[in-house]
Amino acid sequence: MFETLSHIALQQYWWILVSLLGSILVFLLFVQGGQTLTYQLGKTDENRKLIINTIGSKWEFTFTTLVTFGGAFFASFPLFYSTSFGGAYWVWFAILIAFVIQAVAYEFRSKPNNFLGTKVFDGFLFVNGLLGTVLLGAAVSTFFTGSNFTIDGEHHSHWTMASRGLEAALNIQNLSLGLAVFFLSRVLACLYFFNTISNDEIIEKVKKQLWFNAVPFLVFFLLFTGLLMFKDGFAVNPTTGEVFMQPYKYFINLVEMPVVAILFLLGVVLVLLGIIRPIVSLTKYGDKAIWFAGLGTVLAVFSLFLLAGFNNTAYYPSVADLQSSLTIANSSSSHYTLTAMSYVSLFIPFVLVYIVYVWRAINNKKADIQDLENEHVY
Amino acid sequence: MTQIYDPSVVDWSRAQFALTAMYHWCFVPLTLGLSFIIAFMETLYVKTGNEEWKRITKFWMTLFGINFAIGVATGIILEFEFGTNWSNYSWFVGDIFGAPLAVEGIMAFFIESTFVAVMFFGWNKVSKRFHLVSTWLTAIGANLSALWILVANSWMQNPVGMHFNPDTARNEMTNFWEVLFSPVAINKFLHTVSSGYVVSSVFVIGVSAWFLLKNREVRFARLSILVAAVFGLIMSVFIILTGDHSARLMAKHQPMKFAAMENLYDGQRKAPLVVIGLLQKNSTSSLDKEDFAFKLEIPNFLSSMAFLDANAYVPGIKDIVQGNDEYGIVSASAKIENGKAAVQALRDYSAAKKTNDAAKASESLVQLNENYKDLGYGYLTDAKQIVPPVRLTFYSFRVMVALGFWFVVLFVLALVYLLRNRLNNKRWFYRVAIFSIPLAYLASQLGWAVTEVGRQPWVIQDLMPTLTAVSDLTVGPVKITFVLFAVIFTALLIAEIKIMLKQIKIGPKDGGNE
Repeated sequence: MFETLSHIALQQYWWILVSLLGSILVFLLFVQGGQTLTYQLGKTDENRKLIINTIGSKWEFTFTTLVTFGGAFFASFPLFYSTSFGGAYWVWFAILIAFVIQAVAYEFRSKPNNFLGTKVFDGFLFVNGLLGTVLLGAAVSTFFTGSNFTIDGEHHSHWTMASRGLEAALNIQNLSLGLAVFFLSRVLACLYFFNTISNDEIIEKVKKQLWFNAVPFLVFFLLFTGLLMFKDGFAVNPTTGEVFMQPYKYFINLVEMPVVAILFLLGVVLVLLGIIRPIVSLTKYGDKAIWFAGLGTVLAVFSLFLLAGFNNTAYYPSVADLQSSLTIANSSSSHYTLTAMSYVSLFIPFVLVYIVYVWRAINNKKADIQDLENEHVY
Repeated sequence: MTQIYDPSVVDWSRAQFALTAMYHWCFVPLTLGLSFIIAFMETLYVKTGNEEWKRITKFWMTLFGINFAIGVATGIILEFEFGTNWSNYSWFVGDIFGAPLAVEGIMAFFIESTFVAVMFFGWNKVSKRFHLVSTWLTAIGANLSALWILVANSWMQNPVGMHFNPDTARNEMTNFWEVLFSPVAINKFLHTVSSGYVVSSVFVIGVSAWFLLKNREVRFARLSILVAAVFGLIMSVFIILTGDHSARLMAKHQPMKFAAMENLYDGQRKAPLVVIGLLQKNSTSSLDKEDFAFKLEIPNFLSSMAFLDANAYVPGIKDIVQGNDEYGIVSASAKIENGKAAVQALRDYSAAKKTNDAAKASESLVQLNENYKDLGYGYLTDAKQIVPPVRLTFYSFRVMVALGFWFVVLFVLALVYLLRNRLNNKRWFYRVAIFSIPLAYLASQLGWAVTEVGRQPWVIQDLMPTLTAVSDLTVGPVKITFVLFAVIFTALLIAEIKIMLKQIKIGPKDGGNE
C-alpha cells in the first residue's frame, strides 16, 4: 500500500502525522495550564488536592505524546532531530528538565517523608506548567522565524550562537507564541475543570480565571498571527531546492492552501466558541466547552504546522545560512523507512480509540473532595 | 562523519549518558517485573474473590507507582539525548535508529500510560475484570516498550538490515524485520526483561522478609513471597539460558568484548573459563596482559560456551589487535587502513559529485563499498584503541553472574521454607533476603556495564566510534547539564527511597496509602 507512494508523498504524510501529534500535544498542555492555576483556584489543601488529582490522571497523556512526538520526528525527519536538539541545547534541556520534575511531582507531592516537601513538588508542577508551555510555543515559532545553524556537506549541523537556542527568546514573535500557548493552556485547564469538577467554590474561581487568561491569550495569539501574516517567509524553489525569502509567504500559503485556511479559521472559531460558551451559560453545554476549544486548538495548531512545512516552505529555516534550511524533502528518512513507519502509523486510530474509552471510563462523572477517598491520591 | 570533535566533549557526553542511563536503570527493572507480579496477584484476587489478594495487590501497586513515576522522568532524557549530545550519530543512523523509538511511543508507551491511569484511579470506576485487563496491559505495555528500546540498542551492537547511502552520508534501513528479529535483539530483549523480573522478585521477597522480621503482616508477606519466588525461580532459569546464548552471540559478533570479558589476551583452543579470578596489574586498554594473582578455572568451558565445541579456538585480545593468519583474523591495523580508505573514498565521492565527475564518483564508490565494513576504524589512530576497559568488563561480568546464581539459591530457599512451613523465625534468611535487594540492583547495573563498556570504542560496532558521534558542542554546556542531572536525579532518588521506605513501614493496611 505505502510502497507505491512517492518519497515526497510519504514525507508529506509524515509531516501531517508529526503535525497532528504536535497539535494534540498543545491541546493536552491543559494539564500544564492547570498546574499553574492550582494555588489560585485552591485556597485549601483539600481543594488543591482535588484540582491536582483531576488533572493528575491525565499527565501521562501529555508526557507520552511529547515522547512520541520526539520519536516520530526522529524517525521521519532525523536531520531536524540532529540539528535542532544538538543545536538549541539549552532550550531543549530546559524543556526536558521541566518535564522530568513534573513526572515525579504528582506521585511524590502528598506522600509522607517525601524529602523535599509538598510545596517544592507543587513548585515543580508550576515550573513545568510555565516553562513547558512557553518554551514549547517559542520553539514551534522558530519554524517561522528561523534559527542560527549551518549544515555541512556530510549533514553535520553547527549552531552559530553560543547562547544555543536561548537567543530565540529575544524575538517578539517567538515570545508571543510562547505566551499565547501558556495562556491557552490555562484557558483549556479552566474549561477542563468545568467538565470534571463539581465543587462550587473552585468553579466560581475558575470562571474568573477563564476571563483573566482568555484576554491575554487572544492578545498574544493575534500578535503572533498578525506578525506571521505580514512577515517574509522562507520559500523553496521546487526545481532547484534553493531557499529564498518571499514577502507574505505564510499569508500566501493560506491563500494557496484553502483547506488549511479553512481548518485554521475553523480552529480559531471553535476555540472562541469554547471560551464564550461557559461565560454565557455553564449549565447548557458550558461544561462541554473543553471539547470545542480542544478540537479548535488541534485544528489551529495543525494548520500552523502545515503552513510551516507545505507549499514549498522551509519548516526549520536557518537565518545563519539560508541554504542550510530544512525542508520536509531534504531532512527526511529514506523511502523504505517512511514506508515501514507508515504501516506502524495504522495503529494510531486504535490508540485513539482506547484512549477515548479509558478517558470516558475515568471521567464518567464530575469529582468532588469526597470522591478522593479510597482512591490513589496525588 | 569525517570530523572528530573535542575529546573532552566526548568524555563528558559519555559521562552524562552513562549517568542518565544508570539512573534510569535503577527504576526500569522494577517496573518491568513488578507490573507482572501485580498482575498475577490481581488475577488471584479476581479468580478467588479473596480480599486479602486485593490488599496485597494494592500495596505493591503503591510501590510500583512511586517507582514508575521516577522511571518515566529519567527515561525522557535518554531519548532526547541522542539529539542533544549525539547529533552526528542521530544523522548517521537516524534512518534506522529513530524507527524503534517512534514505534515504542505509538505501540507501547501509550498502552502503558493509558492503562496505568485505570490501574491507579479505576478501582471504583471500572469493573473488576476491566481493571484486571488494564493491569495486564500496563505490564505488557511496559515490556513492549523495553522491546523497542532494546531492539535499538541491539542494532548498535550488531548493525543489520541496512546499507550505506553515500549521497546522504548515512545508513539507511533496507529490512525492518531483520532489525526487529535479529538474534542479538531477540536474545537481548529476553535476557534484559528477565533480569528485570528477577530484580523485582528479589525486591518483593526482601520487602516481605522485612515484615516477617518485624513479625507484621505475616500472611501478606508469605503470600507475596510465594508469588515472587515462583516467578523469580522460573525467570532465573530463563536468564541463565539467555545469558548462555548471549555469550555465543557476543563471541560471534563482538569478539573483542568477549575476550575482554574473559581477560583473554592470547587466543587458544580448549580455552578454560575463569570462574573466579583476581587480576594483578593495574593497566587497561593496552596489550599488556593482566595476569591473574589467583584464578579458578573450568577446563575447555570457554570454548564450549562460545562455540559449542570444546576444541574451538577462542581469539584473544592480541589476536584481534595484531591479527592471526592461522585463524583468518585480520589485524586492527589492516582494518584501520581499510577504514581510512573508506573515509577518503567518501570524501572523494562527495567532491566528485559536486564537480559532476561521474568517473571519479563511480571509482570512489567502488572503493567505498569495498572498505565500508571497516569504516569506523578509519577514525582510529592506534590499533590498541579497539581494546575496551578490560578490568571493569571482567569483574562486572563475574560479579553479575555470581549474584545471578545467588538469586537462584535465594528463590529455592524461599520456596522450600515456605512450602515446608519452615519460614517462621528464620531471621538470618529474612536479613539475607533484605540485603539481597541492593545486590539485585547491582547485578542489573553490572550487566549494562559489560554491554556498554565492553563494546567501546564503538557506538555502532565497527562503523562509528564514539568519538565521532557527538554533537558540535563546547564542553562547558555539557559539564553544566551533567552536574544539573546529577543533582536533580540524586535528589529525586533520595526522595524515592525515603517515600518507598515510609510506604513499606506503613504497610498494606489500606493499600499502602495514607
